[in-house]
This record gives sequence, C-alpha cells and structure tokens, in this order.
Amino acid sequence: MAQSPGPSLSSSQLLTREQAKALADRVLAMSKADQTRVVIVSTWSGNTRFADASITTSGGVTDTSLTVIVAIGRRQASSSTNVLDEAALKRTVDLAIQLARLSPEDPELMPELGPQTYQTVNAFVESTADLDPEARASAVRRTITAATAAGKPAGQIFTAGYLEANARATAVATSGGLFAYHRSTDTDYSVTARTPDGTGSGWARAGARDWNAIDAASIGRIAAQKAVASRNPQTIEPGLYTAVLEPQAVNDLIPLLANALAARSADEGRSPFSKTGGGNRIGEKVIDERVTLYSDPMDRGMLAPPFDVQGLPVGRTVWIEKGVLRNLAYTRFWAQKQGARPTGAPLAGGLALTGGTKSTEEIIAGCTRGILVTHFFYIRSLDPRTVLQTGLTRDGTFLIENGKITRSLKNFRWNESPLLMLNRLEDIGRPEPTEAGRMMPALRVRDFNFTSLSDAV
Amino acid sequence: MSPTRRDFLKATTSTAAALAVGQQLTTALGAEARIALAQTLPAPAADAAVIDLANEALNAARGAGASYADVRIGRYRRQSVATRERQVAGVSDSESYGLGVRTIVNGSWGFAATSVMTRAGAQAAAREAVVMSRAARAVQRRPVELAPVKPVTGTWITPVTRDPLEVPLEDKVALLLATNEAALKVGNVRFVNSSLALLREVKTLLTSEGTNVTQTMIRVGPFFSATAIAANDFQSYEEELAPRGSGWEYVESLNMPGNAERWASLAAEKLKAKTVDAGQYDLILEPTNLWLTIHESIGHPTELDRAIGEEANYAGTSFVAPPEKVIGQLQYGPPIMNIQADRTQDGSLSRVAWDDEGVPADQWLIVEKGVFKDYQTTREQVARIQKLTGVTRSHGCSFAESWNAVQFQRMPNISLLPGDKDLGVNDIVAATERGILIRNRGSWSIDHQRYNFQFSGQAFYEVRNGKIAGMLRDVAYQSNTPVFWRSMDMLGGKSSYWMGGAFNDGKGEPSQINSVSHGCVPARFRNVTILNTARSS
Repeated sequence: MAQSPGPSLSSSQLLTREQAKALADRVLAMSKADQTRVVIVSTWSGNTRFADASITTSGGVTDTSLTVIVAIGRRQASSSTNVLDEAALKRTVDLAIQLARLSPEDPELMPELGPQTYQTVNAFVESTADLDPEARASAVRRTITAATAAGKPAGQIFTAGYLEANARATAVATSGGLFAYHRSTDTDYSVTARTPDGTGSGWARAGARDWNAIDAASIGRIAAQKAVASRNPQTIEPGLYTAVLEPQAVNDLIPLLANALAARSADEGRSPFSKTGGGNRIGEKVIDERVTLYSDPMDRGMLAPPFDVQGLPVGRTVWIEKGVLRNLAYTRFWAQKQGARPTGAPLAGGLALTGGTKSTEEIIAGCTRGILVTHFFYIRSLDPRTVLQTGLTRDGTFLIENGKITRSLKNFRWNESPLLMLNRLEDIGRPEPTEAGRMMPALRVRDFNFTSLSDAV
Repeated sequence: MSPTRRDFLKATTSTAAALAVGQQLTTALGAEARIALAQTLPAPAADAAVIDLANEALNAARGAGASYADVRIGRYRRQSVATRERQVAGVSDSESYGLGVRTIVNGSWGFAATSVMTRAGAQAAAREAVVMSRAARAVQRRPVELAPVKPVTGTWITPVTRDPLEVPLEDKVALLLATNEAALKVGNVRFVNSSLALLREVKTLLTSEGTNVTQTMIRVGPFFSATAIAANDFQSYEEELAPRGSGWEYVESLNMPGNAERWASLAAEKLKAKTVDAGQYDLILEPTNLWLTIHESIGHPTELDRAIGEEANYAGTSFVAPPEKVIGQLQYGPPIMNIQADRTQDGSLSRVAWDDEGVPADQWLIVEKGVFKDYQTTREQVARIQKLTGVTRSHGCSFAESWNAVQFQRMPNISLLPGDKDLGVNDIVAATERGILIRNRGSWSIDHQRYNFQFSGQAFYEVRNGKIAGMLRDVAYQSNTPVFWRSMDMLGGKSSYWMGGAFNDGKGEPSQINSVSHGCVPARFRNVTILNTARSS
C-alpha cells in the first residue's frame, strides 16, 4: 500500500514558541472585541496499561486546542476549538464575541494583562517526550519480572499498572501585548500487586518530569513486597492511633488543604482560615511550627509552569511558614479589592511540604505503636469548615510496634482533617518527589481518626 | 434481535416504537418521558467527508496488518453557563473534533488518536495504532477474542424536542439569574450558585466488520446550590437536579426560578437544625439519595473488568468475584431486590442505540430476587463468563468519553426496580418508629472492593413514631454493601420511581468520564450506623 508521509503522532508535533505565537497573532487579529486572550494547549500523550501480565490498552494521542476569551465592555465569554483551520478559528472568535454580547456585565472583570516577565523553567525532558510504545512495553516487562521475583513467597503474583508520558506546550497571548510560552513533560507510573490467595495487595508509584528518574523494576518490586507482607491482615479495633503516612499518603491529603487556601472564601467567612468576626487568619499560627508549605515553579523538585491561564506570572509563594499562615491564594480581582498580591491558584506553582530530614524508615523506627499507611483512596470532603475528609487506606496497611512493622492490618475508613492533623505531628520526614510538581515527606501523626474497618483487600 | 428492538433502532423520529421499548419503566417515568417523546428531532447522518476519513483509517490499519480495526470520529460540543448571586460567573463553549483508531494485531490492542483531520492524519493514526498493537505483543498472556456482533448501519439521536445548544444564551442566563434572585429572598442566604452544562456529541463508528453508525447524544446538567451564613457557621444545600439525556424541555420542566426559594430555605433551616446523635437508626433513603448508593455499591462492583482485576491499579477490584463463585450464588439483598441494567431507558444518560463497538443497546437483570445474576460486559469480556451465564452476546457496555480516548467497559444505567405494592415515601415513614430520612446526595466514599461505604446527603429528617419530627444536620451513614442491602425491608412502588444520575463518573487509566443514570424508589434499611460528621474529628 502506498503510504503518504503523514504527520507522525509524537511529541515532535508540539507547537514551538514561534508556531504558537503565529497562531495566537492570527486569532488576535481576527477579534474585534475590546479585549481578547488566546490560550493554546498542544499535547502529546503516550500510555500503556496492563493487568494479569497482559497489556490491556496502549494509546497515543496528539491534540492542540485553542481557547478565545473576549471582553466587550465588562461582558466576557469564551469559546474553544481544536479545529485550527481559518474558518473554524473565525467561527470560534465570532462565537465568543456573540456569547460575550449576550452575557450580562461582570462587575469583577479584570482587564487583560499586558507584557509580563517570566522566569524560565526547564521542565521539558527528552527522555519523557521520546518514551515510545516499545520503550513503555519494555518498562512494563521489567516491572512484571521484578514483581514476579519479589512476589514468589506468595506464589504467582498478579500485577496491574499504568504508565503514561505527556508532553505539553502552553501559550497565552492577549490583545494587551502579553505572550507567554512554556513546555513541559511529565511521566507517572503506578503498579498494584495482588497475591493469588486474595488476601494481600501492595502498590507503588513514581512520577517525575524526567523518565530517567523512574526505576521501573523498583516500582514492581516494592508493590510485590508490600503485597506479600500484607497477606492475612488482622483486625484491630478502629479508633485513634498514631499513624505513619508514607509520602504518597501525604500527597493524597495535603493538596486538599491547599484548596482551602482561597483568600476570598476566607474573607467571606467560608473557610477554616476565616477569622472570627471577619477577615482572615494571615499571621496566625495554624499548624505545627516545624512545617512550611510553599509553591515555587523554579524549585528543582517541582519545575511548574511560571504563569497561569491569564498569563499572570507565578512565582514562589510561601503559604504557611513554620506553622504561621503567611499567604492566601488571591485571584487578580480579589487581590485588587484587598490590596494584596495576586498569586494564582495554590497548586499553580507546584506544592512542597517541608520541615524534616528523616527517611520514611527512620520515621517508622521512631514509632512505638502505630499504623503505617501506604496510600489512601476515595477521599471526599465532609466539612469544609475544618477541611474534614473521609477516605480509606489501601494496598498495604501495617501495625508498627517498637519501631518495626509487625503485622498486616485490615484497611480502615478514616475521618480526618489535613489541617487539624498538622497540629498533631510527632515527626516529619524529608520531602520526596511524589509526582511531577510535588514534594511530600512522610509524617507521623498522633491520634489519627480511624473510624471503621473495611473488608477490602 | 427482537422485532421490538429492530423497530426501536429505526425509530429515530417515531414516538410509538420508542415507547414500546421502555417496558415496565416507561410507565414509571411518567410525564417527563412523555414530554421527551412528544416531537423529537431527526437523527443527522454523517458527512461524506467523515465517512471517507474513517475508511481511510480502516484501510491503513488493515494495510499495516490489523486483523480488526474500528474508527470513531467524534465532534463534541459542550457549553456551560455558570452564575452566582446576581452575576454570570462564566460562559464557555467548546468544540472538539478528532479521530481515534483501535486495532488488533495478533490478539493485542493498540489505539491512537489525532485531531489532524486529513487523509494523512487518519493514516498516521491508524499506523500508530498498529505500532501500539505490535509493541503490546511483548506483554500478552491472553490474546483478545471478540464476541460476534452483526454489522449494523444506521443513525440515532437522543429523543429531544429542543436541542439545548440552539436555545439562545439570553434565555439560559435569564433562567439562572431568576433562580438566584428567588433564592436570595431567603434570610441568611448570602451565596447562590446555579449553572447549566449542555452537551451534544456526534459520533460515527466504522468497524472493519462492516458496522457504520452515526449517533447524536444530547445531555443537559442543571445545578443549584445555596449557602446560608450565621455567626461562625455556614451551611449549604444542593438541590438534586438530575442530569438527563434530554433536551431543553427537561430543564424548563424543573421550574428552577419557581422552586429556588424553597430550596434555598433549606440551607437557612440547616443552620438551626439539631445536630444528629450518632448511633443505629432505621434509614429511609429518598431516590434523590439512593441513586448514588446504587451507583457505588451495585453499579461499580458488577463491572466485569473490576471483577477480573483490570481496574486493580486504579478504581480497584470487586467483592462480586470471582465470577464462578458469585453468578447465581451471591445473595446481594432480599428477594424484593431487583436490579436492572438498561441502555434503552428514556431520558437516561447512558441511553444509546449502539455502544462504541456497534453492539445494540441492551436491557438485562444484574440482580434478580436478591441474587446476583450477571455483569456488565463488552465484546472481549463475553468469553470470560459465557459458560456461567449462558449469555453469548456483549451487553453493549463499551464507551469512550471522546474520540481521543479508547473505549472500554463503562456502566450502563443501573436501576432498582419498584416493589409490588405501590408505596410512597410517606407510607415508609408512617411504618417507621425511629429513623432518619435522607434527601439528595452529599459526600460519598467507598472502598476499592466496594464493601465499606460512607454517604451523606443534603437534607436530613428525624423520624419518630411514624412522623417527621424535625430537621437534623451533620449526618452520614456508614455500612458494608452486602450487610446494607440485605437489611432493606421496604420498597416504594412504581409511582415513587425517580431517576438520578452522574455526568462525570470516573474510571480507567487515563481516567475517562461516563454519564450514567440510576432509577430507584424510596427504600428502608434497618439498623444502619449513623455518624455525626461535625464531631467525627
């Protein structure tokens, strides 16, 4: 069959800075609105999923989408498309203008930003952008081989996992002359191992900007070791126990706290950071004085985008410094109203929790009696006033006695607040990469509220 | 295929044949279903250019060595209008168009998708899918086998009388702002959010076996919440405005402006409600709450991919496993419990004529008289349980959220069928000595094998000696799935049937969303653990 040299589906298709600028300029020129902003997101994604020693799905996707945000007076609306021919772009601009004309005035509308200065963040790594189907299948083989060997004591171990690699180029341009462009990659790999008797399950995960930072065999080995060790879990009464949370478990909880950091909710009396009688709690001690929570796109452990969808520069923001609330997340409108600095969203510049230097093993070794948690599942908010959440433990829950793991435990449901929990800290580990853009430590927390037992393995 | 179903599939504009299919549930759905069937829009056919591109991809896939290939071309239009208090918080409209190719080479799947909608783009995607299939051979214990399906040609559209995307934006904004204005009349209510999510998905599927179908799915998702503020306290109330596979006529039927003051007053009332005393109570769940419990504790555990471990690394596995030990054997609940899966139900979110493998929509029982009977399946899953169920066809549960995602097993509408006696919720309250009645969905969480769950609601009422004794707050119920369903002892009848649903049910890696409805009647559960969420920490 004659094969025309069509575009290949790879990260090489991502728009370059020049291509993105040219596309944005074309669209800006089409718009007769008072103000226009164009957001372009060009993506490549390659993924491989497996279960029971078979790849169940393997996919590759390329796409470029463009969103036009227009304002006519104080009336704003947006329209987006991934069809990038002249006619479709024109239709998208016209539709946004039509929607804006029909929209009521927005008293909170902020003018589009003019030219800005951004930090350069080198978050694009070739090893991730080049992770093709063969390389992914080969990594999966290494994982299964390591898991099978480590799982031997339990018989033929069952493994299931998911590996993905993404490359993304994002551009923002405004009629005010702003242009921002950023490229990044990320990869994430997680594996679950289950023992053939159905009583043991283990899990491991790694995520990074750079595929070379991921050890496929190690992920399989850790998941299988946890599965073997977690067989025949025993029951202990639910209640308040000291908990050792591995970095991935901390990674499940802390971002939920970040969501409570919106300044507006705090100022309007709808947040745990609202002050009794009005205003917010900036300047007050809100958690343990050893802990600092911050975002910083330039931090080597995070390498997050240096701007948000409005083109607002995102820099380092310390949310909580040594236990004291230092900043809340201000939108541009709320910042102007309150005379504060706009920050972008709390997760926009990555997120890191710091305060300790110990390894997870050392945190366990310092525990007289407690419960070790591998990670959490199905977390849902119960009460926004205290950031109280409910959820379950999963894939390796163990009893620690005198600094050693002694028994596998049945999983628990828990009702706990990441905010209140950070006031009951016994020890803090060193921040470790948990996924691209995140650095989280292991924590030892007193009186973690395990409320009921789960039969799930 | 029964004559009834064949008629149904042809019935893109006829109302009579569609009515014949809903079977026992059409009557239960009542007025809303009849509105939707009044004067429905015709089903559009695919553009010739779309069919050309799909054929280009199919040929390229076969040329590169695929033994099977399917191509989906989707054009998705999504609009959202969000308001808060007296202003519009956001209006957006998006369009996404592209092509996804799935291939089998030597029993291994591959998938690739592109938005480059040219012949070269279609060929490149097909070749890339074959590269994926070949790479997957390196890790393949069990080759894929597809259950047979008769090739089919046709078009279908969600029965709607008015396409919500064609309704002027002014009308949508006016409806929402009038809703908010009514809500703001209530003292203490300071914040109100209302919104509409509107979708139209046009999807063409061609397979190397000869299927060629084009379907247009229309869905609407209305939302309302109010927050009341008092000194050092705030309480919110969300009305359960079910998203539906319906047109604008459904949104209008909800009369949001006319009801908003009553809804908002519940947020204010919650500020003064008594905090619940934790303990064991008989629990009366209204359909506006129970639908989600069905979704989580019956819908997900009866997905066959979960039962055989394919979701182990993400959503989890299932307590309804292994198949050989549970089909026809697991006592899920009492004999009054019948659970039906149904992709033909009027107004439901997962209604289609064919799934993403070209399998005709199906209706079957998951639980019959309390006993687990069958799973949700796609073509490749049939062989896994065929000997146990005697069912040789796929139940038609293959679905992908978009052209850029691979299709896999997704939940159809799964519903609790009404009881024999035509009881309403008031009859159940009257028969209850000490209980709690819950309306609408609140916080929800369930473990990865679907045993331990904890759900909340939006409005809670104490029931004493057969009467509502006042409003409660801070309520959540926690139980174990089989224990909970086996404790069900009262069930509403046909006229209390109501269908809720979820627009964004997540599953799979990469995670995809699915829209699914759940019909049910009010029901009573004995001795359920009630927690106080304000005192829980």
